[in-house]
Amino acid sequence: MKKPRSNFGMQGLRSEKEKYSIFSLARNAFTNHENWAQAWKSPEPKTEYDVIIIGGGGHGLATAYYLASQHGMKNVAVIDKGWLGGGNTGRNTTIIRSNYMWDESAGIYEHSLKLWENLSQELNFNTMFSQRGVLTLAHSEHELKEMNRRVEAIRLNGIDSDVLNPAQIKKLVPIININPNLRYPVMGGFIQRRGGTARHDAVAWGYARAADSLGVDIIQNCEVTGFNIKNGKVTGVQTANGTIKAGKVGCVVAGHAGVLAGLAGFRLPIDSRPLQALVSEPIKPILDTVIMSNSVHMYVSQSDKGEMVFGAGADSYNSYAQKGSLNIIEGMLAAAVELFPVFSRLRMLRSWGGIVDTCPDASPIISKTPIDNLYFNCGWGTGGFKATPGSGHVFADLIARNEPNSITAPFTLNRFVDGYLIDEHGAAGVAH
Amino acid sequence: MLYIKCPWCGYRDDAEFHYGGEAHIKRPFDADSLSDEEFSEYLFQKSNTKGLTLERWVHTSGCRRWFNVLRNTVTNEIIEVYPSDQLPSSKAGKEYYKSNWRRKSAAERLTTRQIEK
Repeated sequence: MKKPRSNFGMQGLRSEKEKYSIFSLARNAFTNHENWAQAWKSPEPKTEYDVIIIGGGGHGLATAYYLASQHGMKNVAVIDKGWLGGGNTGRNTTIIRSNYMWDESAGIYEHSLKLWENLSQELNFNTMFSQRGVLTLAHSEHELKEMNRRVEAIRLNGIDSDVLNPAQIKKLVPIININPNLRYPVMGGFIQRRGGTARHDAVAWGYARAADSLGVDIIQNCEVTGFNIKNGKVTGVQTANGTIKAGKVGCVVAGHAGVLAGLAGFRLPIDSRPLQALVSEPIKPILDTVIMSNSVHMYVSQSDKGEMVFGAGADSYNSYAQKGSLNIIEGMLAAAVELFPVFSRLRMLRSWGGIVDTCPDASPIISKTPIDNLYFNCGWGTGGFKATPGSGHVFADLIARNEPNSITAPFTLNRFVDGYLIDEHGAAGVAH
Repeated sequence: MLYIKCPWCGYRDDAEFHYGGEAHIKRPFDADSLSDEEFSEYLFQKSNTKGLTLERWVHTSGCRRWFNVLRNTVTNEIIEVYPSDQLPSSKAGKEYYKSNWRRKSAAERLTTRQIEK
């Protein structure tokens, strides 16, 4: 067999059946790392697949991986209009937590967190998952009381959560300003110590490599332009590279779910809006916890490269432009500098926006659709990254069995008809 | 950043405004006669178009008056600003208004019938 040629960057990382380990690293060091094989192939699409997943972000790649690994479905393709993880997977602030209040949300997010805890081992790819703790601040008496109530609800679901007073917060985060004279003083907070961050690109690449090694075809730069639907049943997708037949189609396209639903002939209760983030110049380690604040709307963590990663709020208006308004960033930075005066002289390196699909109840849709064999996983709003493994896992289950399981059942599209909404507006960490 | 021309105050930064969502959603007069699906369509389903959209804005930090805007959600270009009790007058706006799925929705048919009576 011809040895695959070494490749650039993210595609140059695996030889056939070679496991990443200290030994393979040492072995490849002898050949100047020129003989690592591609982490995944980029084949020409076949004419037909059992399942096509539209969307090569974390959720879509995870879905394909679990279809192959859990359900034995190997004739699967993931198709993406751009490159892997080029959408919201590569644009979010990588915060992972499961401290949601409602039972339904706890079900999906805790399922996901448990998968995160073993993900690097399972994928044989370092996702740099770091359980550094996620601390959410309270800035008023009312918020503190509400927080105590929420913490009890979270703990009843078996999810770790502790309320901290300002002195405990100061001990954990020495750079925070707990001066009671602040406009929005730190009155307390709650922490999920199992929460943290992960490397977003690594999650997409790890799932892609693992799915590829199980036989999944990963096809990039192939935009879906329509669906073939016969007698209310999907039979394939039209793409920029021609029609591909499919037994089943799963759609996981954050930011464009409404557009694809339109192509399939139905509508979603989704608004697409810009959400912004920014990073500072890299500095020495100064913050080893993720800090979130709901009422002043700011969240920050420090990446392993040393950059401070800030998340701002979503703009109020619908847009597909992948950029937001400056006043949103100004408001977030004002809050950040008040809470962390030491940040005041940090220079920002980059800011960017991603388009988030938000549902009226700020909960996702993982559901069958009016078209048979067409499934949608969408509406994760501002917080989908944390759910990547769990979302892929349960979506694969829905596609394979054509039947929701106990985790996905509440997240049906039909909840907007029967009224069983899962209202998570601000019930968890940060306002949506 | 949007630069919106308020019909009364002129051009202002979008920080002065609040977004009111999709324009021209008519509440059905007799909601009881709609099925759950039809009412859900009126209440929850969004146009959320990629491209032209008709939407409502209010100049919160200015004259506090509502008006409608025809905007392209990909380029953020604002094509037309018009009073909230009127329909768009530009060609693109008229076409979008006419072709929007809401014109054929059960909720809107009901509204029109009631007005005609």
